[in-house]
Amino acid sequence: MDWKIWSLKKSPWVFHVNTGACNNCDIEVVDCLTPKFDIERFGMKLVGSPRHADALLVTGGVTAQAVHRLREVYRQTPKPCVVFAIGACACDKGIFTTGYHMVGPVDKIIKEIDPDAIIAYVPGCPPKPEAMISGIVKALSAL
Amino acid sequence: MKKTIKKTVIPVGPVHPLQEEMEFFQLTVDGETVTDIDMRISYNHRGIEKISESLQFDQVPLLVSRICGICSASHPLAYVQAVEEIAGVTVPDRARYVRTIIAEFERIHSHILWLGLAGHFIGYDTVFMWAWKYREPVLDMLEAITGNRNNYGNLLIGGCRDDIPDELIPKIFKDLDDIEKKMDMLTKAIIDDPILHARLKGVGVLTKEAAIKYAVTGPTARGSDIDIDVRHDDPYAAYSDIDWNVCVAPEGDVFAKAVVRLLEVFEAIKIIRQALRKLPKGPVKSEVKEIPPGEGTGRAEAPRGETFHYVRSDGGNRPVRHKARAPSYVNVPSFKASCIGQKIADVTITLAAVDPCYSCTERVAVVDKRTNEVICDYDMLLRLSREKTERIRKSF
Amino acid sequence: MNSEELRNKLSEIKDKLTKTEEPIDNRIYLYCESENSYAVNKFLFEEVPLRFVIATGIDSDDCFEIIYHYSYDETGCVVNLKAFIRDRENPEIESIAPFLPAAEWIEREMHDLLGIEFKNHPDMRRLILADDWPEGVYPLRKEVKQ
Repeated sequence: MDWKIWSLKKSPWVFHVNTGACNNCDIEVVDCLTPKFDIERFGMKLVGSPRHADALLVTGGVTAQAVHRLREVYRQTPKPCVVFAIGACACDKGIFTTGYHMVGPVDKIIKEIDPDAIIAYVPGCPPKPEAMISGIVKALSAL
Repeated sequence: MKKTIKKTVIPVGPVHPLQEEMEFFQLTVDGETVTDIDMRISYNHRGIEKISESLQFDQVPLLVSRICGICSASHPLAYVQAVEEIAGVTVPDRARYVRTIIAEFERIHSHILWLGLAGHFIGYDTVFMWAWKYREPVLDMLEAITGNRNNYGNLLIGGCRDDIPDELIPKIFKDLDDIEKKMDMLTKAIIDDPILHARLKGVGVLTKEAAIKYAVTGPTARGSDIDIDVRHDDPYAAYSDIDWNVCVAPEGDVFAKAVVRLLEVFEAIKIIRQALRKLPKGPVKSEVKEIPPGEGTGRAEAPRGETFHYVRSDGGNRPVRHKARAPSYVNVPSFKASCIGQKIADVTITLAAVDPCYSCTERVAVVDKRTNEVICDYDMLLRLSREKTERIRKSF
Repeated sequence: MNSEELRNKLSEIKDKLTKTEEPIDNRIYLYCESENSYAVNKFLFEEVPLRFVIATGIDSDDCFEIIYHYSYDETGCVVNLKAFIRDRENPEIESIAPFLPAAEWIEREMHDLLGIEFKNHPDMRRLILADDWPEGVYPLRKEVKQ
């Protein structure tokens, strides 16, 4: 197995990107840090810069203003990295599918830059913290 | 006309070297003092009002509960009340009480969430962890009643979708007792802490005059001596049948707004207990066949302030026009009045006192007035804020 | 002031209004033409005084409407002022932001989404649409389909 992928599987450091979400998913992401779920015991932590991240947690259905930021953050994240599309909006724009200001979903934007990107989907509105942790573990085990 | 600011980034900590990007909040500073603020809100614009026009009246509550995840009972509540006003519908009594109970649980979870974030901004990470831990039983209760921790989907035009099963009520009372004890402990720890007094009193003051000019609502207004609360002024659901108090504080600073929110948690527990005891028997749904032509306004007191919806109908099954106004729309611009003249170290906590969305506060940049250079980003602001708390702690 | 006193107070400006309606308790609708909107808004905010809530811009069939929503918190009354802009080709109206900072954002938003010009607005820049959104496309106008 590629040693870069192997080193990414244990204790992944994650960077959170909000591309125009209602904040529900974002709060559940932050909730993962708090005592009931406590992802830090797995060595996962939220970092302040994409340059330190192994995985991106992307919420929101990508608005026309946020799309530039998403592209830039993806470029800055060292490869290989896993992009998690958290929530119904990130997976496929959710209930905002017909919105005039929505250019997503996340996988379309990321694949435009990098057709070989590793993207995992955690659906839900919002997905419960247990679902997010389960999704992250499953995706990393499958690598 | 697009303003191009030539920015050179001084790498102080992790920064986004994305030069041309507009931040949510861009502060201009002269030395350490904030002199101006600019705000852009296009990141979160999803075009909800236009989407409403293509949905049927009874599908819209599902859309509006996703305007903001934290106030996801208040937006549908304001919307269904606007439509009920057009149709002249009377909501069944039991539904009014269920709506009140869900709305107050939402208030409790939102204020505890705010407490945790405010603690995080000033370096009290224990408060952050404990507050969010005590918030979990509230979310479990909401999940037991409505099926989801957030985005309850419980509001229908004419009533509620889910009822509170009688078997659940003793558990709710027991959980409320637990939450009250924990919040009591946390509140005393905060109100009695001299370091917090020194850190938060006199910081980020929003004067009453400025609060009126910016038309702020909610704890942002009540913390600046303005006695307004939609639940009291224009009662809806079951609030006029219950004995409770509006919490107001006169000073206008961050500490006053924190105290208002903490007291409101206790009032919310009081309201839920009374509502459960008085819960009338009967259905929670009522049949609404048609929405006649007309217009209506509905409002609800969300945790952040007044949520206001205006709906116009032409007799069809979709709204002709739907205007949704979240409280943050008037509260966030008031940041201009409360932040100018403050030091950079106080920016994050002043912004937090207005209680905008968590994600909005991540996008802050600070520009030096003289050189037009970005000197600071969100992580550095957080660090400066915590360093100030440390300096105060050491001086005690 | 109670409800009766509020109605009396509002009638002081009736020469600038074309109609007054109170369809149900605690909901008042005032109608005026766009030329008088500045004076009526100033009266409502400063003289009555009422709390500004928000403004709704509507693309109606033959005109643009701006509904200014106000709240009288003593009685819980919502006072809605409908200002009609008859010129559809060049819709413009006097901005109320000079005396009411709370209206700054919503006027910028109505300009972005409906293309209404607000004369003498202190800071008319794009607020809510992306920087690269095409000029002249106003999403809330009826001709723009989803």
